[in-house]
Amino acid sequence: MSDPRHDKTVENQKAEASKAEATDRAGDQLPNPYQDPQMGLSTHGDALADYQPSTHPAAEVEHAVEAHQPISLTGAEIVWATLEGEGVREVFGYPGGAILPVYDALRKFPIKHILVRHEQGATHMADGYARASGRVGVAIATSGPGATNMVTGLATAMLDSIPIVCITGQVSSKVLGSDAFQEVDITGVTLPITKHNYLVTKAEDIAPVLREAFAVAQAGRPGPVLVDITKDAQQATASFDFAAAAPAARRPHPMLSASYDSITDAATLIRAAKRPVILSGHGVIKAKATEQVLTLSERLQIPVATTLLGLGGYPASHPLALGMMGMHGESWVNDAIQKSDLLIACGMRFDDRVTGTLATYAPHAKKIHIEIDPAEINKNVKADVALIGDLREVLELLLPHIYQSNAPAESAWLREINESKGESAVRDIRNLPDLGHLYAAHVMHDLWRVTEGNAIVATDVGQHQMWEAQYYRHEHPRTLITSGGLGTMGFALPAGIGAKVACPDREVWVIAGDGGFQMTACELSTIAQEQLDINIAVINNGYLGMVRQWQEFFYEKNYASSPILSPDFVKLAEAHGIAGATVRSRSEVDAAMTQARTTRGPFLINFLVEKEESVYPMIPAGAALHEMIRRPAAGPDPMLESSEDL
Amino acid sequence: MLHTFVALVEDKPGVLSRVSLLFRRLNVNIYSLSVGRSERVGTSRMTIIAEASATASHRIAASLYKLENVISVEDVGEQATVNRELALIKVAATPQTRSHIFELVEVFRARIVDLAKESLMIELTGVESKIEGLIQVLEESGDEVLEVARTGRMVMRRGKHGSRVLGAMRLADAGDAPREPGTLDEGEPTEHRFND
Ligand SMILES: Cc1ncc(C[n+]2csc(CCOP(=O)(O)OP(=O)(O)O)c2C)c(N)n1
Ligand SMILES: [Mg+2]
Repeated sequence: MSDPRHDKTVENQKAEASKAEATDRAGDQLPNPYQDPQMGLSTHGDALADYQPSTHPAAEVEHAVEAHQPISLTGAEIVWATLEGEGVREVFGYPGGAILPVYDALRKFPIKHILVRHEQGATHMADGYARASGRVGVAIATSGPGATNMVTGLATAMLDSIPIVCITGQVSSKVLGSDAFQEVDITGVTLPITKHNYLVTKAEDIAPVLREAFAVAQAGRPGPVLVDITKDAQQATASFDFAAAAPAARRPHPMLSASYDSITDAATLIRAAKRPVILSGHGVIKAKATEQVLTLSERLQIPVATTLLGLGGYPASHPLALGMMGMHGESWVNDAIQKSDLLIACGMRFDDRVTGTLATYAPHAKKIHIEIDPAEINKNVKADVALIGDLREVLELLLPHIYQSNAPAESAWLREINESKGESAVRDIRNLPDLGHLYAAHVMHDLWRVTEGNAIVATDVGQHQMWEAQYYRHEHPRTLITSGGLGTMGFALPAGIGAKVACPDREVWVIAGDGGFQMTACELSTIAQEQLDINIAVINNGYLGMVRQWQEFFYEKNYASSPILSPDFVKLAEAHGIAGATVRSRSEVDAAMTQARTTRGPFLINFLVEKEESVYPMIPAGAALHEMIRRPAAGPDPMLESSEDL
Repeated sequence: MLHTFVALVEDKPGVLSRVSLLFRRLNVNIYSLSVGRSERVGTSRMTIIAEASATASHRIAASLYKLENVISVEDVGEQATVNRELALIKVAATPQTRSHIFELVEVFRARIVDLAKESLMIELTGVESKIEGLIQVLEESGDEVLEVARTGRMVMRRGKHGSRVLGAMRLADAGDAPREPGTLDEGEPTEHRFND
């Protein structure tokens, strides 16, 4: 991309032109477009004609933004100036009529725009960007279809509490509500899937609203925010003053209950527990509380189970790390929870994929729930002590009440857990021969070995996602990027792009199933255009594998619409100028991964894996945590699996 | 059971739909809802009566509080409050048949606010049972109730008490925001209680 910043020629030409007429006809009355001949119904077909940039050259704008001096700008310029002020360096988007003024104004600002191939991709990229870096991800789209294409990405970010800001163009405020061309009530549509959203109809409101959107997206429990800006607001002129547009102080939360008493109550429970387990969730990563959780667990030798989204929050190689809990958690993890006498839930929300049926969940355990969102307390699991607040702050208050001397000298509890670990090891596919087959689980294990657990891995949704969670051992926060709450197929490729843009120096692997990869495969073209050094592993089992597995277990192997035909993924990559290789057996895995890692630029590996392999263990939806379907001990070969075990 | 929430909300477009959407999502029926300007500029006070299980109250209040436009929420179910509803009731009555209605209005301390040839209109303020009582008595005495409009219940806590949120906001404005979790003051105890 050429540097858009100092495009002086265009700038000087436009400088002669008159300023955009203030089309902002704000008033309390809704004008009727059918009665006002001047308004017309054409909302943005004439986009470029009716937008005039401000007369300030780029350097002057940049200086004003940096020096925090008020300057008169168009609404479109204010969008970028505000983003710049918020520290945004990259955005993901797709242009269209109602957002064209904003695109026209981009050249004055030092922000890189990554052109996506579908607006869903832009939202997932912003999401992956935020998950990998902790910074707010930004996506931009036009009105109508551009905006509705963002719905899945917003819902994905909502359910996993990811801070993204989506900016959409909207038809002119004069024709709002008239079914104008490409008009969709996107603030109405996204009401339940955004943390908050805004409709902006005046240029002077753009900076304060955008700044508030950034604050809302990150505050407390984070989440996606959508800002819908009418085209006339983009075209009108207003004074821009970044500092003056700062959002008001956040209202204090009235439900903070981590009082001294509740802290000491929690400490008393912890000190008395004989079989405690820490449940480490996504909140550990968001609140940057890894160190505090480590201290708590080490001081009292408390084992730590992790949720899917919590993976990486507690180092997987730590002796006290149990691994992932829940539907596809290892048996000893769920067993430990079921036998525990105290669960210390840190930044997690007792999702149904984690608890199984609530009636029998951890029946002997008292529960301490440390959580930032009061609405999560007692939602699924009743808390004996609830500590509401920032996890890290709460743990800092709690830790002084927990002493090393409270730790049992030799923990019978840890010994018991270790014994059941040993019992499970015989069923672990890593310890089983491949007999010439290529197992996805082996691929994940090998990738972990080859990358030494240091890559950022973006996974899609399905069997491969669970195998990755089981066999790629995440040592550090923000190294696993996966859609947990919504389970959005098609997430991995765009989310991986977002992660790479956020962390260009990190090794990024996208792992997707043959099904999910095809949902957003168009973004290969984005990778090619941006020349992003991303490695892609397609786990190709010829099935919508997780659906097939459910059909095998619960629908008498009626594989209705789960076999899926795919293009030759390597050829597809080649068509995009992306190198690739196909891997058929385990002996080829290392070489292909090494080739991918050493190739500069993107690389795709098509892993042709065992078709009818299942993820074990599995707790059927709605069953109790101990009622799990386990891998038959006989061997990984499906031919050898005895049906009694299922 | 019925829960009563009193919420201070921003007076902006769309706030009501955000609030009502939340109840829809939780599959909780709104029994009555009244909204009007509050004592603070730019804010409205909502009284929401909702039908939900006894344990649902915390979750509803916490979820309401998650809405960006909601400034404070109180579940006033357990507290001493004054409850009022205003009703306008139109009854079919001719000059010949209306005198006994005047008597009823007297007993209920209501007022006649409109008299027409074939109908009259009663204005009545009070708790819901009082309003329902008058409607029932009218029906039982053979009067045809033509129209009823009710505001829904408005609720206010008795006595002087601090809102923890507003108190903390004042502190924050003064520059020393309370950061310690759990230190927001609990509100003073109710000083005066009058019987209804
Ligand atoms: C958008 C979307 N549609 C449908 C589903 C339901 N679903 C969950 S897993 C799955 C199969 C995924 O197949 P594939 O991408 O090949 O991965 P595999 O399970 O084979 O590893 C489906 C269809 C979903 N999660 N997301
Ligand atoms: Mg598949």
